[in-house]
Amino acid sequence: MTTPDPAKPRETPLRGVHDRLGASMTEFAGWLMPLRYRSETAEHRAVRTAAGLFDLSHMGEISVRGPGAAAALDYALVGHLSAVPPGRARYTMICAADGGILDDLIVYRLADEEFLVVANAANTGVVLAALTERAAAHDAQVTDETARYALIAIQGPAAAGILGPLASVPLDGVRYYASQPATVAGRGILLARTGYTGEDGFELFTAPQDAEHIWSALTAAGTEAGLVPAGLAARDTLRLEAGMPLYGNELGPAVTPFDAGLGRVVKLDKPGDFVGRDALAAAAQAAPRRVLVGLLGGTRRVPRHGYPVLWDGQPRGEVTSGAPSPTLGVPIALAYLEPAAASAAETADSGLAVDVRGRAEPARLTPLPFYHRTSSRT
Amino acid sequence: MSIPENLMYTAEHEWVALEGTTASVGITDFAQQALGDVVYVSVPAAGSEVTAGEPCGEVESTKSVSDIYAPVDGEVIESNPEIDDDPGLVNTDPYGAGWLLKIRLADDAEPAGLLTAEEYTALTKEAE
Repeated sequence: MTTPDPAKPRETPLRGVHDRLGASMTEFAGWLMPLRYRSETAEHRAVRTAAGLFDLSHMGEISVRGPGAAAALDYALVGHLSAVPPGRARYTMICAADGGILDDLIVYRLADEEFLVVANAANTGVVLAALTERAAAHDAQVTDETARYALIAIQGPAAAGILGPLASVPLDGVRYYASQPATVAGRGILLARTGYTGEDGFELFTAPQDAEHIWSALTAAGTEAGLVPAGLAARDTLRLEAGMPLYGNELGPAVTPFDAGLGRVVKLDKPGDFVGRDALAAAAQAAPRRVLVGLLGGTRRVPRHGYPVLWDGQPRGEVTSGAPSPTLGVPIALAYLEPAAASAAETADSGLAVDVRGRAEPARLTPLPFYHRTSSRT
Repeated sequence: MSIPENLMYTAEHEWVALEGTTASVGITDFAQQALGDVVYVSVPAAGSEVTAGEPCGEVESTKSVSDIYAPVDGEVIESNPEIDDDPGLVNTDPYGAGWLLKIRLADDAEPAGLLTAEEYTALTKEAE
């Protein structure tokens, strides 16, 4: 057996599909992923108006099973996972003892004693190690099941209409942030109504050997409705428009959930201790040390990660993510600002700017999210 | 990958069309594919002096920004008036409607250091 070359990125089960579609591939978190197929702007627009099909097989899937699984997750994560009914999911975080964020997660409760933790590709190893350590005192088994799954997402207003005829369950019965086993195109999957685009959509956890079949079936079913394959570039501009944070940009070990405006994920009133409780309880009480804000760029030059945000000419913050917004037609950005500067900017007509490679470009605050889908969620 | 025979090229992925003392300049098909959807182009105003090998503008796409390097010494005489309203021309027609600027050469000698289509093709193959 040849030992795998650690320098080579991992391929997903859909690698052949991407090649046949002529995708521009990129290396991301140790995986070879489709960045775009043709135009990332066209792919973004398709998700907003019809639907996009994504290969997300790089994401980490970690199972936590056993009589003590719920208690283990209550201890390991900031959320109250034991309160989640089977068939439901939660957006949550795993923090260090000092309250810094190790990863943001979606946790699906599959059964009383079975949870599926979905981690960012770049953090799967860290999350696996932390969960294993934190579950040690509980009757629970933590297993990396990333290689057992491919993950296909179909996102957009047409997603339900395209997927419905291929699914063994009525999609009206699958609520937002719910999941259930189902069959799609004749193959067994875990079907979830979750996503990272701000549109209605579904994530299909499939066996690796079924991924191509399901991708092809969805493609055939969706072409008439305007379904297109969509890559990581579109994924990033979609989540940014939806005001969703990205680990490595808005979230990181130096940031608490409260800094990111996501204190709601920290369930301080859950019983029992959890990793980071003391630090997070203190952070909940303390005055904010920074504020995550949305910015609209005043010119076409795009505020990007790391660019200083100026208030009255002085650097008072930093951009965490920025891109041209296909939906809004102007550059949008997320940035951390000193609270005093954020307050001052709220009540002023001008004064806020971003230093874009040496030139100050005017910007203004805008409430998040930048984009709201109009139809109501089921 | 389109690399027209009748143009000259730079290692920074610009193309140059020489007509007498005027050089028309844009970015290549290779460059526009690498950049993705172009959202904004900034080039120097007419009358600006440019120096061969020095940055003289920017091409901004969804995910990144690239400098445009002047391929020759000279003075900018014109920039593409369509580019501001339709930066996507750089993607759809990089050698035609997506041209970026025209430079009057500083002297009559043939500019040095430009690559032939064959040389540029070899360079792009190495980059892949």
